[in-house]
Amino acid sequence: MKYVNEFRDGAIAQRMASEIRRIVTRPWAIMEVCGGQTHSIIRNGIDQLLPEQIELIHGPGCPVCVTPLELIDKALAIASLPNVIFCSFGDMLRVPGSSKDLFRVKSEGGDVRIVYSPLDAVTLARANPDKEVVFFGIGFETTAPPNAMAVSLAKKQGLKNFSVLVSHVLVPPAIEAIMSSPINRVQAFLAAGHVCSVMGYWQYPPLADRFRAPIVITGFEPLDILEGIRRTVTLLEAGEAKVDNAYARVVSFEGNRPAQKILEDVFEVTDRAWRGIGTIPQSGWRLSAAYREFDAEQKFQVSGIETQESALCRAGEVLQGALKPNQCAAFGKECTPRHPLGATMVSSEGACAAYYNYGRFITLEKSAEACPVP
Amino acid sequence: MCLAIPGRVSEIFESHGALMGKVNFGGITKTVCLEYVPDIRVGEYTIVHVGFALNRIDEESARQSLKLFEELGVLHEELGEDEGAPNEIRE
Amino acid sequence: MNFENWTCPLPLQDYPSVVIGHGGGGKLSAELVEHLFLPAFRNSVLENLGDSSVIAAPAGRLAFSTDSFVVKPLFFPGGSIGDLAVNGTVNDLAMSGATPLYLSAGFIVEEGFPMTSLAQIVQRMAAAAERAGVQVITGDTKVVERGHGDGCYINTAGIGVLADGLRIGPALAQPGDVVILSGSIGDHGMAIMSVRESLEFETTIESDCAALNGLVADMLDASADIHVLRDPTRGGVASSLNEIAGQSKVGISIDETKIPVKPEVASACELLGMDPIYVANEGKLLAIVAAHAAEAILARMQAHPLGAGARIIGMVTANHPGMLVAKTGIGGTRVIPMQIGEQLPRIC
Repeated sequence: MKYVNEFRDGAIAQRMASEIRRIVTRPWAIMEVCGGQTHSIIRNGIDQLLPEQIELIHGPGCPVCVTPLELIDKALAIASLPNVIFCSFGDMLRVPGSSKDLFRVKSEGGDVRIVYSPLDAVTLARANPDKEVVFFGIGFETTAPPNAMAVSLAKKQGLKNFSVLVSHVLVPPAIEAIMSSPINRVQAFLAAGHVCSVMGYWQYPPLADRFRAPIVITGFEPLDILEGIRRTVTLLEAGEAKVDNAYARVVSFEGNRPAQKILEDVFEVTDRAWRGIGTIPQSGWRLSAAYREFDAEQKFQVSGIETQESALCRAGEVLQGALKPNQCAAFGKECTPRHPLGATMVSSEGACAAYYNYGRFITLEKSAEACPVP
Repeated sequence: MCLAIPGRVSEIFESHGALMGKVNFGGITKTVCLEYVPDIRVGEYTIVHVGFALNRIDEESARQSLKLFEELGVLHEELGEDEGAPNEIRE
Repeated sequence: MNFENWTCPLPLQDYPSVVIGHGGGGKLSAELVEHLFLPAFRNSVLENLGDSSVIAAPAGRLAFSTDSFVVKPLFFPGGSIGDLAVNGTVNDLAMSGATPLYLSAGFIVEEGFPMTSLAQIVQRMAAAAERAGVQVITGDTKVVERGHGDGCYINTAGIGVLADGLRIGPALAQPGDVVILSGSIGDHGMAIMSVRESLEFETTIESDCAALNGLVADMLDASADIHVLRDPTRGGVASSLNEIAGQSKVGISIDETKIPVKPEVASACELLGMDPIYVANEGKLLAIVAAHAAEAILARMQAHPLGAGARIIGMVTANHPGMLVAKTGIGGTRVIPMQIGEQLPRIC
């Protein structure tokens, strides 16, 4: 694939890693914000190419992982209703609620459908006028414009049977929360390339200044991530808390204006609970008043939800970079991809799942899950 | 988050009030919403996330990046400054 | 459906759809057998129409396998449930090193299912059976009420004969063995994805559904030092190699850059966020063979139409027993675990 394969060249990756090794002189802790970046790092073994001085801390950029438990339980309740077609991205199907997940709801008779795009849910609403179609609208700023357009088009088309269960979260407030935390060790950020392709990166210079931390806009392919790290290390070594764009082929300073306009119309900023972290003020989006009729939380008054997180789960600390997955006592034992306690073990880009699936548990003495035969 | 992949626009049309297009990804074609890249033309590249084109790909920028990556480390290798290859996995 | 080719088309023409009676064991059932199944499968054993079919016991050990087929949609690019129903069981037998001989075919059909569709499925089965050199010698049909049965489900069971001295099985991989893959992966799974509701995309990807017994026979002719054969169906190469590593108590180490993936399949996987190594195949096999025999076996595979893309992809090791480990394209390593449930498309 063009603009993919070239950025996966193995020989070039090795040379870039050598270059990073050449310029680093002391330990640095860098956080990659986006779960997609975590996935790419672990899946390709990028961290293995890096010099020991560089520690990559995996950030909370996994919207699946941070969707509040209460919202998951609401989703499960709505999906269980008769006459509802519940549409979701595949990622959400196995995220554990308090007692079950969407897969279980499906097996119990709920009409749960995996879609590729929120527009597929709008199409289903048009095709099934006698059913209520609900779309699970999770994601960061990258996914928000598609979700916003779905709502906007549903309104234009006069659909009365379409609604969205919204749980959008924003990156800059998360960076602020992490950097303000007393347990923070992060010294620089690889900012999420696709989020920035939508929002631009004008929000970052004040953050870089305030926290004296370089922020480099970074892509997702191995060469993009290595370049992001290289530029970050260059800035760290020079003591420069600047913002740099290492993903210029799709990211500009101002971002995508048409997308931002729709976002301003369809969404409004709100406080948001991040599963495992807590409420971060002004860190999420909900539907604005003009589009409230499409809000599934209003449409379906699902009450009596009693949320209950596992006492053993330490996903919150992992999400903040305070704990490595394999340092959690439950990792690989009570908590595995097969029996996840928290969302970071379920989502394919959650740090715990990434660690488990790509073998960091090899380094543990425990061998119980060495061969997970179902 | 954000699995967005690059593809080439092969057709542009309207459907149910939205600007849509056909985008080709290495041989497969998907119908994609182009509302967020209203100026895009057939033959241009765009990144696509959940069925939406989010931005045009600046092909010149991509070329420059790749050129830079190719050159990185080569100069130092030639000068003998490379400290040795990273650990290769051996069985 | 061309009714003129059938021996006595009139009774079927009266029934454009399958009705409950076709599974009832009475006149309608008999007509279905006589006018649809028999002409398609065309062999003297089946024509006896006994409650059970009697054949001479072949010399040697018997291999016996069964599989049920519930694929949706029933017809997909490059194949159908009928092709899978024959090739799937033929391949299961071939993976033991057996020569497949006979199949049974049990149908569960939904009331209202179009007769032409059933006929097409049966015709595809017949064609696949002929290509594979097997006969369908016994069968059964049941019809379930409308709303059940998803159109058509099929079960096939197969008998094959295993030559003396052959020992091939998933617990027999040895450290030092070489892992060979017969061709590109992910074709079948992504062909199905391409026509799945809400995920569909335009493509020329076709299922690789094929009977592998001819390829296996050629391989065994090249060398008897084949320890394991496995067709990586559900769960893909990842699941098969994990299972073998577990059962043989060995580690398996592969090089990702050696695994052939068609560009379109790779693109489709990128689009849906899926990993080809977990995607189902229906016309490929993995062979774990003694190192000294690897080149000879590989050469024979590459000379066969179904093995033209065969490559050595890795080896068996005493390290990391029970685990599948891969060298990545940039020189790192990753562990490839058994998947939990079905691989799902993702956005993140």
